[in-house]
Amino acid sequence: MPSHPLNQAPLPIGRTNPDYDWDQLVHEDRVHRVVYTAPDIFEAEMTNIFGGVWVYLAHESQIPRNDDYVTVRLGLRPLIVLRDSSGKYRALYNRCTHRGATLCREASGSAKVFQCAYHGWTFMNTGELRGVPWPEGYASDLRNSCFNLAQVPRVESYRGFIFGTLNPDAPALADYLGPVREPIDEWLDRHPGSRVVVRDANRLKFHGNWKLAYDNSADGYHVKFSHRSLLEMENRFKADNEKGMSFYKDHPDDAPMYVRYFGNGHHFKDKRPNVEKRPGALWEIEGLAPGMEFFEEEIRKRLGENAPRALDLASSEPVNINVFPNLLILGNHIQVIEPVSVTETNTTWYATAVVDEDGDLGETVDLINAFRMRTQEGFPAFGEVDDATNFEEIQRGLAAPEDEWVYMHRGLGIPGRFTTGADGSITGPATDEVFMRETFKEWKRLMANPPAIEIRREV
Amino acid sequence: MSTAHDPSRTSHYISDTYYADLVAAFGDWQRDENIVSDPAIRAAAEALVLREARLLDLHAYRDWLTLFAPECAYWVPGRPEGSDPRREVSVAFFDRRRLEDHVHRLSTGAAWSQIPRSRTVHAVSNVEVFRAGNDAPLMVRSNLMLSEFRAGDSRLISGWCAHRLAQIDGKWRILVKQVNLLECNQNLRNPSIVF
Ligand code: FES
Ligand SMILES: [Fe+2]
Repeated sequence: MPSHPLNQAPLPIGRTNPDYDWDQLVHEDRVHRVVYTAPDIFEAEMTNIFGGVWVYLAHESQIPRNDDYVTVRLGLRPLIVLRDSSGKYRALYNRCTHRGATLCREASGSAKVFQCAYHGWTFMNTGELRGVPWPEGYASDLRNSCFNLAQVPRVESYRGFIFGTLNPDAPALADYLGPVREPIDEWLDRHPGSRVVVRDANRLKFHGNWKLAYDNSADGYHVKFSHRSLLEMENRFKADNEKGMSFYKDHPDDAPMYVRYFGNGHHFKDKRPNVEKRPGALWEIEGLAPGMEFFEEEIRKRLGENAPRALDLASSEPVNINVFPNLLILGNHIQVIEPVSVTETNTTWYATAVVDEDGDLGETVDLINAFRMRTQEGFPAFGEVDDATNFEEIQRGLAAPEDEWVYMHRGLGIPGRFTTGADGSITGPATDEVFMRETFKEWKRLMANPPAIEIRREV
Repeated sequence: MSTAHDPSRTSHYISDTYYADLVAAFGDWQRDENIVSDPAIRAAAEALVLREARLLDLHAYRDWLTLFAPECAYWVPGRPEGSDPRREVSVAFFDRRRLEDHVHRLSTGAAWSQIPRSRTVHAVSNVEVFRAGNDAPLMVRSNLMLSEFRAGDSRLISGWCAHRLAQIDGKWRILVKQVNLLECNQNLRNPSIVF
């Protein structure tokens, strides 16, 4: 029988938790293959994980004005994330309360009112039912809030990143993020005005479970092997590797970079210690990209001694900041993991651009952003495709039912390998799988104890 | 066109003026009054586009690269209505050096997304040739149905191409190949081939 704790509210109709002994599936050193392959586990994750914790929905720069919206998904739930006409961020279910059709079928836009294409019910962008055709045909009171759109009851932002959760018991967003806020702050603060704006994305998908992408996000072990062709490509004109990810070329554990686990499934791979702390140092290791030499000469000509700082703005920041379960900030990308099915996942790599907040950059901001687009196209095209292929080949390998285990024990049991910080964070060498072990502890906790879930209809 | 630099080694030519010219050239060019009637020019343009497709299907990437002008671009916009590569990322925006990077990567023996490599058929049809003036580059529109088989799966990718062609030392060469995928703004599985 499912082991629901007695203090939890009953699950809604249709919400069941699969009957597994979760301790048998997630061990300290390994996980069972079914966590990646079982449809009932995937279905439960879409609520226990994607409903139960704060999940990244969109960036404020995608909906800069009142009435702007984007359509996204929370797990498999279609949502309209918007700024309503009074400026409040909301995440409405993109599902007509009449008979269930999606209301909005565009990826983004601007609307005060959404009208259903099927029978014409209309809703304000607060979610309130505005009207129905020929209302005299209804005996019931259509002002009852049960006819308003469902909405995610809690929507909060952290420095431009909009999150939502269905869990009334979740901590405040800032507390859920906890110490991962520090690298997020640093990532933003390197930009003028301490912010970025989101642009179009490089969009990829793979035939594999969504957790294969999350397991990869702080993995310093795979780089030299999975990305060997990229490392060779980036350095094909050099006798000694020095561009791009070349700090993985020897033994990555001997480099000053590290991996850190923050709690709540969040983790961080920090490669910045490999790079000197001075303006222009990032630029010197940036891989070759179209227009690079034009850009550098132009920036040096126009900005003189301020050029190195501007060149660094077009260079990718050597960090992977991973916010469980679906937000990966890496280089200059905001990558979002979108589960589609137990064996299909979208990874969407939103490009970011610099804003000349204080007018210091003048016209050079357009040059910087043009080149920053070229640097951001590189990794999805030449790096991520090889990882995604390896994710697909993991999913193929895991088809073997009696070969049960996936190991994640690198670093486990070696004395002195980790340090624990005052905030409880755990730090280890770059190739260690400690981040994955700790994330799976959190995953197990959420799967074994389904969080309470609710929606709201009052506007 | 600058000649002081080797575009296989350094990328000076992808400049703000290059982008401005590119965006202008790929704006409103498919005009009936600009259709080329000279059969010799039409045949030469079509032959180049078909040859390009054949060399891709034969995995003859070194020969394929010779069809491009030294200062060239391969561009797969991320929006169906086209996009400005200065403002937005593309599915691909390769200059000469990055095209050679791509070919180099495939030759490393470690480009896992192409091991095993894709078998492809680039089926090209509906070729029309346009020219805005006597000395202007040719613009060639063609439709693309790209069948791919790789690692047990077959798929069909479709779209249309715009080739911008100029004569260099008496031979027609590709200045820009633009590929407009129907799925350009959707999540793409393993986009590691040349479309
Ligand atoms: S389903 Fe929306 S109005 Fe009927
Ligand atoms: Fe990777």
